[in-house]
Amino acid sequence: MMSTLARYGITRGLAATTAVFLACAGAAFAQGQGPIKIGSVLSITGAASFLGDPEAKTIEFYVEKINAAGGVLGRKLQLITYDDGSDAEKARTFSKRLIEQDKVDVLLGGSSTGTSMPVMPLAAEAQIPFISFGGAVGIIEPVQKWVFKTPHTDRMACEKIFVDMQSRKLTRLALISGAGGFDKSMRTECLNVAKKSGVEVIADENYGAGDTDMTAQLTKIKNTAGVQAVLNAGFGPGPAIVTRNFRQLGMTVPLYQSHGVGSKEFIKLAGAAAEGVRLPAAALLVAKDLPAKDPQRAVVVNYTREYEAKFKSEVSTFGGHAYDGLMLVVGALKSAKSSDKAKVRDALENTKGYMGTGGVVNMSPTDHLGLDLSAFRMLEVKGGNWTLVK
Amino acid sequence: MRQNFASPRVGGMVALALVIALLPVGLSNNYFYDVAILVGLNAIVCVGLNLLIGYAGQISLGHAGFYGLGAYGSAILSSRYGWPPLLSMLSATLVVAALAFVVGRPILRLKGHYLAMATLGLGVIIFMVIATEDKLTGGPDGMSVVAFKIGSFALREAQLWYWVVGALLLAAVWLALNLIDSPAGRALRALHGSEVGAEVLGIDAARHKLMVFVISAVFASVAGSLNAHFSGFITPSKVTFLHSIELVTMVVFGGMASTFGAVVGAAALTVLPQFLTVLKDYEMMVFGALMMGTMIFMPRGVVPSLARLFAPRRRPEGERKPGSEGAA
Amino acid sequence: MSAQFMPQFMQYLLSGLTVGAIYALVALGFSIIFNASHVINFAQGEFVMIGGMATVSLSAAEVPLGLAIPLAVAAVVLVGLALEKFAVEPARGASVITLIIITIGASIFLRGLATLVWDKQLHVLKAFSGDAPIAVAGATLLPQSLWVFGITLAIVLALSWFFGRTLLGKAMLATSHNRLAAQLVGINVRHVLLLSYGMSAALGAIAGILIAPISFTTYDVGVMLGLKGFAAAILGGLGSGVGAVVGGIVLGVAESMSAGYVSSAYKDAIALVITLAVLFFMPSGLFGKRGGERV
Repeated sequence: MMSTLARYGITRGLAATTAVFLACAGAAFAQGQGPIKIGSVLSITGAASFLGDPEAKTIEFYVEKINAAGGVLGRKLQLITYDDGSDAEKARTFSKRLIEQDKVDVLLGGSSTGTSMPVMPLAAEAQIPFISFGGAVGIIEPVQKWVFKTPHTDRMACEKIFVDMQSRKLTRLALISGAGGFDKSMRTECLNVAKKSGVEVIADENYGAGDTDMTAQLTKIKNTAGVQAVLNAGFGPGPAIVTRNFRQLGMTVPLYQSHGVGSKEFIKLAGAAAEGVRLPAAALLVAKDLPAKDPQRAVVVNYTREYEAKFKSEVSTFGGHAYDGLMLVVGALKSAKSSDKAKVRDALENTKGYMGTGGVVNMSPTDHLGLDLSAFRMLEVKGGNWTLVK
Repeated sequence: MRQNFASPRVGGMVALALVIALLPVGLSNNYFYDVAILVGLNAIVCVGLNLLIGYAGQISLGHAGFYGLGAYGSAILSSRYGWPPLLSMLSATLVVAALAFVVGRPILRLKGHYLAMATLGLGVIIFMVIATEDKLTGGPDGMSVVAFKIGSFALREAQLWYWVVGALLLAAVWLALNLIDSPAGRALRALHGSEVGAEVLGIDAARHKLMVFVISAVFASVAGSLNAHFSGFITPSKVTFLHSIELVTMVVFGGMASTFGAVVGAAALTVLPQFLTVLKDYEMMVFGALMMGTMIFMPRGVVPSLARLFAPRRRPEGERKPGSEGAA
Repeated sequence: MSAQFMPQFMQYLLSGLTVGAIYALVALGFSIIFNASHVINFAQGEFVMIGGMATVSLSAAEVPLGLAIPLAVAAVVLVGLALEKFAVEPARGASVITLIIITIGASIFLRGLATLVWDKQLHVLKAFSGDAPIAVAGATLLPQSLWVFGITLAIVLALSWFFGRTLLGKAMLATSHNRLAAQLVGINVRHVLLLSYGMSAALGAIAGILIAPISFTTYDVGVMLGLKGFAAAILGGLGSGVGAVVGGIVLGVAESMSAGYVSSAYKDAIALVITLAVLFFMPSGLFGKRGGERV
């Protein structure tokens, strides 16, 4: 095994040398410095692949684009991506590899909360900025010096939905959630903030990974007296199946989905059953519907056009989170005028008014997300498309 | 064949100790230590599992469950209730041993694929409890685990972990080799050949199977606890049936009924994904193809097949077929 | 409560039967290969996945469903035959557990291949005859469920005719009982093996196509369905056709009843506990052969 590892070291060395050489050749040896290294561990395969896949594509595409335009601070960006297969331990090992072996300057990703959490202590120990794409509020609360994130928290999604419910005079809610980390975390947060928002959760059902039919759970909810709205916390196939089963059972109360349903795919899968479903989401999903004077319009329309032209598939908010993460780093590099880890971190923390696909980002030492509730738009499916709820 | 066992046994132990002692020369940073430690922990599980699969001929597709109970037991007791980690680990191990003992008897009455299903079911049930009881376990997102401390001494350095895991692996291998060579081990091998035949000879098959089942569960549990404290974080992905299958694959890949094969299998399948990651989209396909290819061309596993290749003068050992369920 | 009871119960039952029928088809696939070779083919779930994905991509290319389905089934049969020919056949004589690992390797390979041929997105197939729910005794049912029931029933009848009445089917059964004896009476065991992989691939593909309009399909949809199908095959008794069907239905109904009446978070665990309990009292499943071990 020793010889394997030794040989491995040599191959890695060769690969790294080649990569550096190529990058330098392109960079015209700017200031004699090497490229700025961005390390990324994403769930490109496995249960969370629908998060990691668009994220990886987005980051790769935009790093290329930035390099074609001359890089950042006159230096090229060098991207090193590993696939953790949606496994937390692999995420940790690969992050260690990025830090120790590849010596990256900044860490992007952790597609989910589960694959981000084990990376956080590593980032702190190595004193390297880490921008997570995980959803849970636990990543940035309490604030950790080196840890940032771009997606809206699940708590914000719950609050946004509850505000909408109140405006429709609905107070009695049934929850149905999946078995994934996102689903469970959102369920917990909704239960936590429900009372404060004047919402009473009177049913709480679950479904498993890979389940093909949720009519049993929904029948139970249907027969629970007094349910005024149903909220489905989940992502992947679950929400689309829930939506179809919901209509199949002839249920008529309002159905809310979560921001885990962050792409057109949901409407395609759920079909006509999706009509009338509401969910909180970033403006990205309604890019073309935004009024011309909306300050966010330019960035989301651009990202949508470029992503869809390049990859021939519908844009998702998940890829948008990765876009924001990369652009935050680029912005921080520019304002720090250096790739020094501590300076980049400080610059990240001082990010003000960055207009991203997720909303306006205003970071501070007490807020490493920088988004407020206005970053979420309430959307409704109408005529097979997302529309803004006025 | 048994006479030949003595020399490879001592030789193997010495070789393994040498590899563990010299390996750090090639480990130039913490990342390599990290991989080496994971290899060691997986190897401990596989050495135990190999006793069950390779020697007793009983398959288990649920050992990730025991691994997970060890990991979460230790994590919850130490991180949620503030117990000393060593005590947490030992308590978790005791619980796992007790559980394996209780469920072992009815489950081990089953044969072949039915046993596979029962152990798989047990593992999945453990997974579901861990993933669902999120107040205690953190649910699918996992939970942080405190560092391993004995008294005021905290085990944090990767280098220290390496020596601890290396020593434990040697101990596990030594235990396994001794067990195999003991009268109980001979009984086990008889059992693998034919259970009814073994019983006719007066061997209490049920008791022996149960003993090995409990031992292998304990090995898995200890490795799980250590992994949780080493990583500082644990998620249910280590408790899934896919991880159980991964563990069995390591044993079979390295070579069933070969303790060193189990170590090699664990090393190969832990290190391999670190290489294959450069293949990106092709990784899964290549990994699957490698698995198929190895098993097709080396059906007895890497170590026994290579041993045969390099020692042609020795009588082809172990013509008995592992996995007796085929004859059922 | 009592007024609600019947419709509620019916809904759970119908939902359980639909899911159970799919489990049954997957379980039948396991059983056919097991009978021919005593191997559990862990790539069975991938047959399900490829069946669904191939049909989706064919119908996206405007191929009418009536043609897309047989084409997809044929493609999966080819995959099944290739699996036998290039992965199982060369390892003849290897231990059963080695063969299991080979099929696990094959399942990973096929999943990886699917992400390259297709993608990692979810896909939906148009329901065979619309989405308008049908009311049954206060409960509702999708037309697709009727297709699932009908085709599963037709397959079960066809299989029992095949194994009970045709020479080829009887030859396959003879091989499963005693391979050497079958060989001695002139049965080409290798062809039987090949045929069994082809048949079980077809069954898997049909299951995958039937379920695609209900629960969508994606490159790893076969993992869970394969696992459930395996549980169903074991619960019913390996190698028994009746067992596979009953096992699948029992598992499906147990899941939906548990979700409805006990706890939706633990419904799968409850179904597994039932399976384990059955095995403790009937170590060869509900309909399995109670064979003595050979000494």
